[in-house]
Amino acid sequence: MEWAKRAFLAFFGAAVCAALVVLALFQPSEILAAPRQRLLLTGSSTIAPLALSIAQRYEAAHIGVRIDVETGGSSRGIADAMRGTADIGMASRKLKKEESGLVRYLIARDGLAMIGHSSNGVVGLSRGQVIDLYTGKITNWKTLGGSDSPVTIVNKAEGRGTLEVFLQFFGLDNRDISPDVIIGENAQGIKTVAANPTALGYVSIGAAEAAVAEGATIKLLALDGVPADTTTLAQGKYKLARDLILVTRPGPSTLATDFLAFATSHAVDDLIEKNFFVPPAR
Amino acid sequence: MQWMISLKRTSLFRRHADRILRWSSVGAALIAAAMLVLITIFLTVEAWPALRHGALAALLPGERWHPAREAFGLFPMLLATLLVSGLALALAAPLGLAAAFFQLHYAPRWLSLPFRRLVELLAGIPSVVFGLWGLTRIVPLLATMKPPGVSLLAASIVLAAMILPTVALLTTASIAAVPAELWRAGRALGLARFRLLATVIVPAARKGIVAALFLALARALGETMAVMMVAGNVVQTPAHLLDPVRTLTANIALEMAYATGLHRSYLFFSGFLVLALTLVLVLMTERFQLRRSHS
Amino acid sequence: MTHRLSGEHIATGLIWALGLIVIVLLAAIVGDILRGGFSGFDPAFLLQDPMDAGRGGGIRSVLVSTVMILAVFLTVAAPVGLLAGIFLADTTRRSARLRRPIRISLDTLAGVPSIVFGLFGNAVFAVFFGLRLSILAGGLTLAVMVMPFLVRSVEESLRALPEELVQAGAALVLQRTTLLGRILLPAALPGLASGLLLGTGRALAETAALLFTSGYALRMPQGVSDPGRSLSIHILDLAFNVPGGTLNAYKSAAVLLVILVSLNSAVMLLARRRKTAVV
Repeated sequence: MEWAKRAFLAFFGAAVCAALVVLALFQPSEILAAPRQRLLLTGSSTIAPLALSIAQRYEAAHIGVRIDVETGGSSRGIADAMRGTADIGMASRKLKKEESGLVRYLIARDGLAMIGHSSNGVVGLSRGQVIDLYTGKITNWKTLGGSDSPVTIVNKAEGRGTLEVFLQFFGLDNRDISPDVIIGENAQGIKTVAANPTALGYVSIGAAEAAVAEGATIKLLALDGVPADTTTLAQGKYKLARDLILVTRPGPSTLATDFLAFATSHAVDDLIEKNFFVPPAR
Repeated sequence: MQWMISLKRTSLFRRHADRILRWSSVGAALIAAAMLVLITIFLTVEAWPALRHGALAALLPGERWHPAREAFGLFPMLLATLLVSGLALALAAPLGLAAAFFQLHYAPRWLSLPFRRLVELLAGIPSVVFGLWGLTRIVPLLATMKPPGVSLLAASIVLAAMILPTVALLTTASIAAVPAELWRAGRALGLARFRLLATVIVPAARKGIVAALFLALARALGETMAVMMVAGNVVQTPAHLLDPVRTLTANIALEMAYATGLHRSYLFFSGFLVLALTLVLVLMTERFQLRRSHS
Repeated sequence: MTHRLSGEHIATGLIWALGLIVIVLLAAIVGDILRGGFSGFDPAFLLQDPMDAGRGGGIRSVLVSTVMILAVFLTVAAPVGLLAGIFLADTTRRSARLRRPIRISLDTLAGVPSIVFGLFGNAVFAVFFGLRLSILAGGLTLAVMVMPFLVRSVEESLRALPEELVQAGAALVLQRTTLLGRILLPAALPGLASGLLLGTGRALAETAALLFTSGYALRMPQGVSDPGRSLSIHILDLAFNVPGGTLNAYKSAAVLLVILVSLNSAVMLLARRRKTAVV
């Protein structure tokens, strides 16, 4: 049994080594690092990937600066910005009245596309049809010229920015909608619709386009005759859209101001497009 | 197994070592157990506004879940949690037991080890991957039977896959730990393989197996992400296995990010509920173990 | 005689069938991951940092963060788990009164939702102890979460040992530490190793608990007080949040699988007892 005991000791030894490694890597100075060189962005997980890319590019051009990005939702980002817990908040929804004290910086535009399964005969919907579908007045695809199958309505969970944009655009109250499926993230919506020939949902145009490029079995439906894609969105023809914004308290730090200027400049246009958003008209 | 052996001719060092061992092991156990106390305190503090508001009434059927209108009916989600986890265990338990039997007594030598590796592998796969697999494979399959496919059944299947390794591996360990003499004696008496397993070995390994099943159920109750992806997340009392449901844990994940005030407290209260459920389960299992161990 | 034989045959058939179902199930999931992740795999994936929010580049910084989180987790959970398990496996009457509530406590902890651990870890480690979103906070939260499992598995491994070992120890008037260190623990080694592996696998697979504690940061962490995302969070973000990230999500999942397999095989090889059946 000697070798077994040795093996066990090796185990314990490994744990001790791990402990030493951990201690060696612990750098309390990081916690107390000079605030001038650090920025914290929190908020919308829709904007987070874009924020990460912009931050990475900014850090590469400004040695010694650290920009941390954390998610948590638009509401958290706005709350953190108001409280000062974060330097910059990321929000994918409109600011409410009580939040209007914040300064907003538009960094990109995102559209919302109605999506259906790729095998669905219907290729576009009118505004009135979407309202009827979501309030349950139309329950079968055949009413719209599709196959004889019941419509499976996919709606976003409460509190999501996307839901609020959707409701506002169509003048609906969430209470009027009784969905068959509720989803959290965009990609969940895409995968749910892709799994279901009878489903109808709405997601960010960018996410939908990326998914189609990856081979997902969905299609973006035209709205009021306008095809849903980033081009029509950029041209302003596609109306179901939202602003992606960064918010701060009035009078942000020098570093924050510089970063915000960078994030709202042409220097990040390619990053915006890579994330399937549309650069704002500048 | 007693190791409170009286100290006779021992060296001073050894006695000290023993004392250190005793105190540090008690200390460690207390620390580990204290975690539950801390979490319970945490949950209670955060859920307090909800408790004061009358959260216990929220457990009764009838009230709907509409936080914006101060309607906090938790019953549909509580039911969903119980059904999803229960069904998952019902699916995973026989499979897990069979997997244990298979690995130890039925599989040929060359298959036994790879089989075990495969099961161990499954234990380490992240919940998000299970959710993804469920969404891309199970849900479309179920959708052909009855849209939308995301449902109680989908969640149970995915959850069963997630807890299967726990059941299988822990049951395997328990069965393997049964003394070899028992097996040999059974064989000597002329018992065939399965009969021997079912009537002798499994009862001998009973405690470990029950522990394995319990641990798996607890894990199922607490799973969040994978369930959220395939359960449909509609707050309703299911009438059919293929109806979408929302579990308490998925609800916390979906709404915590933006919930404030009373709503937030109710979310913590639902977390507290799952904890309470588990506690009830533990106590039931304890009683079962205690009763049987004196047979 | 014939009757009993056919009962056995049915049982055998059933067990084989169920065993095959398990194999097919696992193969399906693993196969999905590998198929999605191995198209055009190259080692540069492991050696580059992520770019474009993870759509491009590799996963080097994520791997480092994950290893660091696991190191913190092991440092805390392994010793505490081992010692607590030793305590629970002791059956003397003196400790019995303490053992029952502790065991109930640990078992109940197993059912706490992972997201509650995340919120708890955030409130306690990140906020109260001031660690902010960091690898340290994440590792500690994982330790709290997986601890009950480790403790119980140590306990079960020790309990499963044959009585003769302890009786032999008593006959030789061995001290507890000697008995444990030289006889019992080495004998329980396969079970201990298996428990540690399962616990580590569980920690690796965790997502919800880490989201609020170790964070979302993609850059290479400089120390354990830096935020850093684990591999499972990276997979989550790529699959469900980053448009166009699905391919790299599968590739990352494939890497995770490879890590798991190697870890499992390596440790079990070390711990395996030569004479008994495969456990």
